[in-house]
Amino acid sequence: MSVLTPEILAWVGRSSPPRTELATRRDIRKYSIATGQRQRKYLDGDEAPPLYYVALFWDVVERSEMTPDGAAIDRLLPAFPLTRLMNGGSKVVHHAPIRPGDTLVGRRTLTDIREKEGRSGPLIFYQVTLEVARDNGESVVTDRTTRILR
Amino acid sequence: MTAPSLAALRVGDALPERRHSPDSVQLFLYNATLWNAHRIHYDRPYATSTEGYPELLVPGPLMGDWLAQCVDDWLGDAGSLVGLEYSNRQPAFAGEALAAGGAVESIDAESREVTVSLFLRNESGADVTPGKAVVRLAG
Repeated sequence: MSVLTPEILAWVGRSSPPRTELATRRDIRKYSIATGQRQRKYLDGDEAPPLYYVALFWDVVERSEMTPDGAAIDRLLPAFPLTRLMNGGSKVVHHAPIRPGDTLVGRRTLTDIREKEGRSGPLIFYQVTLEVARDNGESVVTDRTTRILR
Repeated sequence: MTAPSLAALRVGDALPERRHSPDSVQLFLYNATLWNAHRIHYDRPYATSTEGYPELLVPGPLMGDWLAQCVDDWLGDAGSLVGLEYSNRQPAFAGEALAAGGAVESIDAESREVTVSLFLRNESGADVTPGKAVVRLAG
């Protein structure tokens, strides 16, 4: 028996409205310090570390969009019948580095929902693809993140 | 450590390992940088008493960043990171010592692309976040 209804599966292909963000030296420096960077060009904010886009495009949500545990409600996702987040992973393709002053556009799309049978019951795998491009359309990074619910 | 070159690289070559010891200050800074208010990462009474974890949880993408740093620190200016994948298989907690490392898995002389396998290993020897990266060496 499937826990995934046609209504849930119909969410695949939906996108969030594109978000435009400015990469600043200050934010690159904060990210570099927070992640324990040792390379000067990152600590000084001359260039962004490869995974800096994760922070730049993490949703800035209002308090009303957070659950009591502080987690953000992701409006890109349907109401899944399983809610316990197990783990996840990402596949990242880098096209070009990010530098301070870059204006970037991020587009998040729900690209997959599937069900697998785990040892202790059904698991839901979903994938969100984030595509980051410059405002002239040049691709900067593509991130496919999969999360597992049980 | 000299920068990797196509002529000198061999399959199996190890990347320099680095130990990460996440504490509550680092977890606060990282989550503040993201605007991630999930309490399991910075609110110890909540993480332990309410959620039942032994300690604050290290965020998955932070562990992914440590794998990226392992490759990027090894690569230096000898090339660029083309792709990275990682999988957060097991949780890691504040106070743990986590070793990031890896090894050369394959070398394609024509495309100048090198595939590297990566790990973030805890003190019990478990790879909490294995991964893989592709770098392209400069010509």
